[in-house]
This record gives sequence, C-alpha cells and structure tokens, in this order.
Amino acid sequence: MATAISTAKSGKVHSISRSEARRRVAERIAAVLFSTLGAIWLGANLIKSPAQFFQAAIGGLSNGALYALIALGYTIVYGIIELINFAHGDLFMLGGVFSAYFISVWFGQTKSSPKAWLIFVVCLFLVMAFTASINVAIERFAYRRLRRAPKLAPLITAVGMSFILQFVGLTWNGSGPKNWNSVLPGGAIDISGVKIYYVTLILFAVTIPLLLLLTFIVSKTRQGKAMRATAQDQDAARLMGIDVNRTISFTFAIGGALAGAAGLLYVETIGTTSYNLGYQLGLIAFTSAVLGGIGNLSGAVLGAVLIGLIQGLNDGLPIGLGQQWSQTVVFSILIMLMVFKPAGILGKQVIEKV
Amino acid sequence: MSALLEVSNLKVAYGKILAVKGISLTVAKGEIVTLIGSNGAGKSTTLRTISGLLHPKAGEITFKGEKISGREGHEIVAKGICQSPEGRRIFPRMTVAENLDLGAFLRNDKAAIAEDQENVLVLFPRLRERLYQRAGTLSGGEQQMLAVGRAMMGRPELLLLDEPSMGLAPVLVELIFDTISKIREMGTTILLVEQNALAALDVADRAYVLESGLITMSGDAKELLRNDEVAKAYLGG
Ligand SMILES: Nc1ncnc2c1ncn2[C@@H]1O[C@H](COP(=O)(O)OP(=O)(O)OP(=O)(O)O)[C@@H](O)[C@H]1O
Ligand SMILES: [Mg+2]
Repeated sequence: MATAISTAKSGKVHSISRSEARRRVAERIAAVLFSTLGAIWLGANLIKSPAQFFQAAIGGLSNGALYALIALGYTIVYGIIELINFAHGDLFMLGGVFSAYFISVWFGQTKSSPKAWLIFVVCLFLVMAFTASINVAIERFAYRRLRRAPKLAPLITAVGMSFILQFVGLTWNGSGPKNWNSVLPGGAIDISGVKIYYVTLILFAVTIPLLLLLTFIVSKTRQGKAMRATAQDQDAARLMGIDVNRTISFTFAIGGALAGAAGLLYVETIGTTSYNLGYQLGLIAFTSAVLGGIGNLSGAVLGAVLIGLIQGLNDGLPIGLGQQWSQTVVFSILIMLMVFKPAGILGKQVIEKV
Repeated sequence: MSALLEVSNLKVAYGKILAVKGISLTVAKGEIVTLIGSNGAGKSTTLRTISGLLHPKAGEITFKGEKISGREGHEIVAKGICQSPEGRRIFPRMTVAENLDLGAFLRNDKAAIAEDQENVLVLFPRLRERLYQRAGTLSGGEQQMLAVGRAMMGRPELLLLDEPSMGLAPVLVELIFDTISKIREMGTTILLVEQNALAALDVADRAYVLESGLITMSGDAKELLRNDEVAKAYLGG
C-alpha cells in the first residue's frame, strides 16, 4: 500500500516535470528561431540602406511611445481590479477630440507660434484632467457597484461604456474623420540623412517624463503602496487602513490622464480625429499590454515599443512585407507569444502559498 | 464596567442568510477575551463586521463609546482596531518588510514604527531572517507570524486575532499563545477567535461560546475550562 502510493506519486511528479521540460525546450527553440529570423531581416536592411533603417526605427519608436501611454491605462486598471476596460481606447479618442477643439477651434491656433506652443502646454494639463475625470466618473458610476458581481458583468458594462464614449465622439467630432494642423514646430534635425522631426522629439519629451513620473508614483509614494496592496488583496488592504475606493479612483485617474496626453500627442503628430479612432489604437495598445504581460507596467511599455518598432520597421524598410501586412505581423507575433508564454514577456506565473 | 468594545444585538447576513443572529459582547481595556465555537458558528463574520469589512443588518458596535458600525474598514483601523484575519491574507508579492510596513500605513511616527518593527522581529526572529524574502514564499507558519506581526504594526488599542494558531506545528502554537500574552503585557487589548479552545481559554480572561450565530455561554475563561458542556463540545471530552 505504502509503496503503491509512493510510486503513483513519484510517477506523477515525473510526468509533470517531463512535459514541463519539453515545453521549456520548445519555448527556447521558438525564441532562438524568432530572434535569428528577426536579426537576419534587420541586418539585411541595415546593410542595404542604413539611413532608411534608422528612419523607420525612429518612426517605430514614436508609435511605440503613443501606444505605451494608452497601454499603461489598460494595464494599471487590470492590475488593480482585473477588469479589461474596453472603454479606455475611446477615452483616448475623446482626449484627441478635446485637444483638437481646444487648440484649433476654441483658441483658433492652426500653425506653429510661441503662443500656440503655450496653448499646447496648457492643453496637455487640461486634457489630462479632462480624461482623468471621465475615467474616474466611469468607475464611480458604472464599475464600482459591480465590483463583487461575476466578472462578466463589469466586462459587458465596459463594452457598453465604450459605445457611449464613441457616441459622444460621434456627436462631437462628426461621422467622418477630421484633419488638423499641428501647432508644433515643423522642422527636423538631419543626422547624415536620418531626419528627426521636432514633433517626434516633443513626443518623447512629453512621454518619457510621464512614464518616469508614473514609475515614481507607483514604486515610491504612499498612494503607490496603497495601489500595490489593493491590487493584491482588497480586504487585506482595508485592514491596513487603506481607503480602497479612493485608491481605485486614483488608479483610474492616472490611466485616464495618460490616455488624454496620448490623445493630444496623436492629434499633434498624426493630425486626425475620428469617433472610431479609439477602437483601432485601443486594440493595438491592449495587445501591447498583453504582449508585455498584463498588469505589469514595464511590460506594457516594452510591449508597446516592440509593437511600434515592428510596425515602423515593417512599414519603412526596403526589404519587408510592406505596410499592408504590418497589422498581420503584429498579431501573428502576439499569437505565437501567447502559445509559448501565455503570461506575456514580463508577466510571471507567481507561485503563491495561500 | 467601562467597555472598550461593545457589541449589542448584532445581526449580520450574507444575502438573505443570517450568519450572526443577534449577539452581544463586551471587551474591557486590557483584557484578553476569546470567542470560541465550531466551524461556521459566525466567529469570523463577527470579527469582519467589527473591522468594517461587513456591515451589520441590525445592532450596534461601539468603540470607546463611539458608534463604529457602518463605518468603512480603513476608518476603523484609524480608530485603533487592527485585525490579523483568518487565512493570513498577507501580500504575497511583497517582501516581509513591505508587509510589516503596510501594517503601519496610517502612521507617520517613523521612529516609533521602527521600534515596533524591532519588537515584532524580537517576538518572531524567523521573520528577521526572511525580511527581504517575498511573503508568498514563506511557509504557512511563517506567514501566520507575519500576519500577526503586521497587525501589531498598526499599534492598535484593540487587536482582533482570527485563528492565529491555524495550521501551525505544536511548538509554534505555543509560541503564538505566548506572544498573545506578551502583546497584552505591552498594553494591547485582544479579542481572540480560536479553534484551539483549550489554549484560548488558558490564555484568556473571559470567553464567549458562539453556536450557529448565537452566544450560548459566556463567563470567566477558567470557569468555562472546568465546565462540562464546554469540555464535551470543544475540548474533546
Ligand atoms: N462570503 C460568504 N458568503 C455566504 N456565506 C458565508 C460567507 N462567509 C461565511 N458564510 C457563512 O456564514 C456562516 C458563518 O461563517 P464564519 O466564517 O463566520 O464562521 P466561523 O465561525 O469563522 O467558522 P470557522 O471556524 O470554520 O472559521 C457559515 O455558515 C458560512 O457558511
Ligand atoms: Mg472563521
């Protein structure tokens, strides 16, 4: 009897570790294969036309910066209440529409001037406050009462919220896309054939400090501590004296503010607004968050930069599949990664004793 | 008698099902009071309601003469009630040090917090060895020590302990009950919920016996230890 139990046990342990080992080997082979293919592709292009390569990479990085701002909103909200906030992309869209109207309609700025730059800066703060307030209100009135309901209820509510925001965008912006002039300086720095536009530099100059500020808030401040505790165990957080409702509101405010900043930057770099913009960019940003490991802040940024780069390079490189395939390439990579590493690049399967 | 905590006619329900059906109890300053009873009697429900994680259906809870029932969890911690909950509920992805630090979330007195952490680490030297280890990787017993230590970090006037000896080896059970006496000597009042009725009655001044949401017996802990019914039901004969 005793021996039977022990052999059954060890047999089981054995088979688990064997399949686990097989999975690891497959994962490694896939990783090596992928990176070799990628390296050959990049290398060939770099040798063929280095200037075009760097130009495409810079374009990719600036896409990535925009995606990162939006992806972070998905990931911190998921991190704290395990909700995929489908309305988040539409919040970004509203941020864009607000910014375009603020700068070009309400303040009548349509070209670059010191006055317009000042209005751009004021708009940055206002649009962040605008989308943060909307996000906080959405959580307060739509998601909060569903916090203890089955997961599907808040998810469907989020889809509904997405439609409502799109409807607001439709009424505000009209049914077709609108084009706007950038009020940022139009020139570029030329480094041996590679053009770095001023708008790209401004995009980084806004995004990077925001990312650093977010990291600081989450890792160093009292609010950040409260966020991390609430993300792990709400009732335990309450027993520490943490105001869980306020902490969740704060999280939605941060996510909303970043989406607003992204909206402004999108309008000033790409120059269009349309009511369904949130759907397209939201999907890519959400994919970035999943690719990096949803709930993980650095993961969202990494995923966004990767997707931005892949798109930028595929769009702009001489040897490549061409622009019409960019979306396909991005999602194929996502699917492959999900098969081999379902938790995402930086998402870890945490071993927890409970 | 001036009670620190006073629970009167408390009823708590999950949906339509009453789990606590109208109980009254008091805890005076400096006492150790224990609440014993079998599985599902409503002990944890009572503690969770005192801590504001659940709201009563009827009845009232007062702390230092002030009504606290209906308040939110974080407000009750601010009033001076901390709890080490059933099932430990430590933050698994944070280190031991970060968990202890969160116990002092509402405090600003840095020096006193450091002093209290030192006290906790003297009581539980195991935690000192594992200070920078992730709490989720601690053994069950170590997690239990962390949960009790974390609740002490709030420097509460009233400490609620929900089955602090659950799942511990006999040596550790002894350590936990020794610690409970020590915490009281430091000036903290304790309301203790336990399955281990013998040890709980031994360390406590007074006790309440809870059965299916109602208090069926109460009194001096040592007298209850000698009571036949209690012996039969909770002390294994
Ligand atoms: N979240 C919940 N939803 C519904 N019913 C619950 C919930 N939690 C507890 N109950 C019920 O309430 C009653 C009291 O539970 P409680 O956890 O307070 O018991 P307990 O005395 O702490 O038991 P134990 O010694 O097993 O911890 C039980 O019948 C239980 O099934
Ligand atoms: Mg219990």
